[in-house]
Amino acid sequence: MRQDHLISATQLSRADIEAVLDRAAEIDGDPAAWGDAHDRAVLALCFFEPSTRTKMSFDTAMKRLGGTTTDMGSVDSSSVKKGESLADTVRVVEGYADALVLRHPSEGAAKMAAEFVDVPVINAGDGAGQHPSQTLLDLYTIRENVGLDDLSIGIMGDLKYGRTVHSLAEALTNFDVRQHFISPESLRLPRGVRFDLHQSGAQVREHTELEGVLPDLDVLYVTRIQRERFPDETEYEKVAGEYQIDTETLEATKDDLAVMHPLPRVDEIDPGVDATDHATYFEQAHNGVPVRMALLDYLLSEEEDQ
Amino acid sequence: MSDHELRVSKIRNGTVIDHVSGGHALNVLSILGIDGSEGLGVSVVMNVPSDRLGRKDVVKVEDRELSQSEVDVISLIAPEASINIIREFEVVQKNRVDRPETVVGLLSCPNRNCITNENEPVETNFTVVDDDVRCTYCSTIIRESLADHIDPE
Repeated sequence: MRQDHLISATQLSRADIEAVLDRAAEIDGDPAAWGDAHDRAVLALCFFEPSTRTKMSFDTAMKRLGGTTTDMGSVDSSSVKKGESLADTVRVVEGYADALVLRHPSEGAAKMAAEFVDVPVINAGDGAGQHPSQTLLDLYTIRENVGLDDLSIGIMGDLKYGRTVHSLAEALTNFDVRQHFISPESLRLPRGVRFDLHQSGAQVREHTELEGVLPDLDVLYVTRIQRERFPDETEYEKVAGEYQIDTETLEATKDDLAVMHPLPRVDEIDPGVDATDHATYFEQAHNGVPVRMALLDYLLSEEEDQ
Repeated sequence: MSDHELRVSKIRNGTVIDHVSGGHALNVLSILGIDGSEGLGVSVVMNVPSDRLGRKDVVKVEDRELSQSEVDVISLIAPEASINIIREFEVVQKNRVDRPETVVGLLSCPNRNCITNENEPVETNFTVVDDDVRCTYCSTIIRESLADHIDPE
């Protein structure tokens, strides 16, 4: 991959994705060999929204490559609280770091930030937009479990606001994958993503129920339906209940179905599923470190080459 | 329109934008950033009969020759518009409008959560896709009337 920034999954070609995943597999096989690959490199963590997995795995990834991180801290304790623009914040921070990881509540924030700085910007989530580094670890997990071609994947839950869903769906267009989107009508994929999938010629089906499509799936990617997306509690309870899975639901699946979730989950996957061979979500979360090490290696190597 | 039907006089020098869809003349001026404060002579005729459009608007801007890139944006709300450059009362150039590839700083993004609606030093930027435009920042597609999204600033 020869990219300055990672802003959206739409910018990733199959070759880009495979290069990062191959490197991640290499790192996963012998992490210690990468301990000084980016000695003294500094990664800035700019999280304008709460994060556990993404922030901690980028932090760990940078350190395992021999570098360090500098953390903006919470918005409440930063100059953002004083009214500083994002454009100013990132221009200041680029002076402290070799690359910048950004999570922000506004769609398009990472793209705009990248226009103001010269160091690589990694979009770690922009509102309901994109989350491409999550997609790389999702793809790595899928590849490790069931391969990435001739595959049926079901993506279920909040498809409208789910940024991990948008990035994953767009990246999957690079592979021979049948994509099934399962959601209530009110939370179907946004128009922009559907347009991209249509343009790419992807094999896409939309469903309001999981039942009919479940037996065909190799991967079921579950996302959380958030309470605040619904005008009233009753409507939420009614809808959310239809998109939860438990061991009973999984009786009608292929034996090697991989159940994934970007986490955190609330009640959309019953804890009883954790003990089954289907549960892949903790492995998926752990893959965040080698995949983000691979991503940082590529972006920082590009920087060092200049 | 024949001479005896003329509702405003011919202009000596400038640009006449003809065949604007009825009711969109003020949006055309808004797109061009003309609000009268420039001191240019501006004539607007609205909802007059047209063989092609049924009803059309006409905008005449005196002493300013609009460039092709300026007028192409008009195509988003008035695809049938024609642009006449006038010198000494004569039409010296007559062009149709073409769809532009991008529209920068003109439309506001309807997605309230788009970074372009925050207090950031960034102009809106839309790519033109078929009959729609798409925000390059948040990917929101505007399919309905674009005139409703013209940023008056």
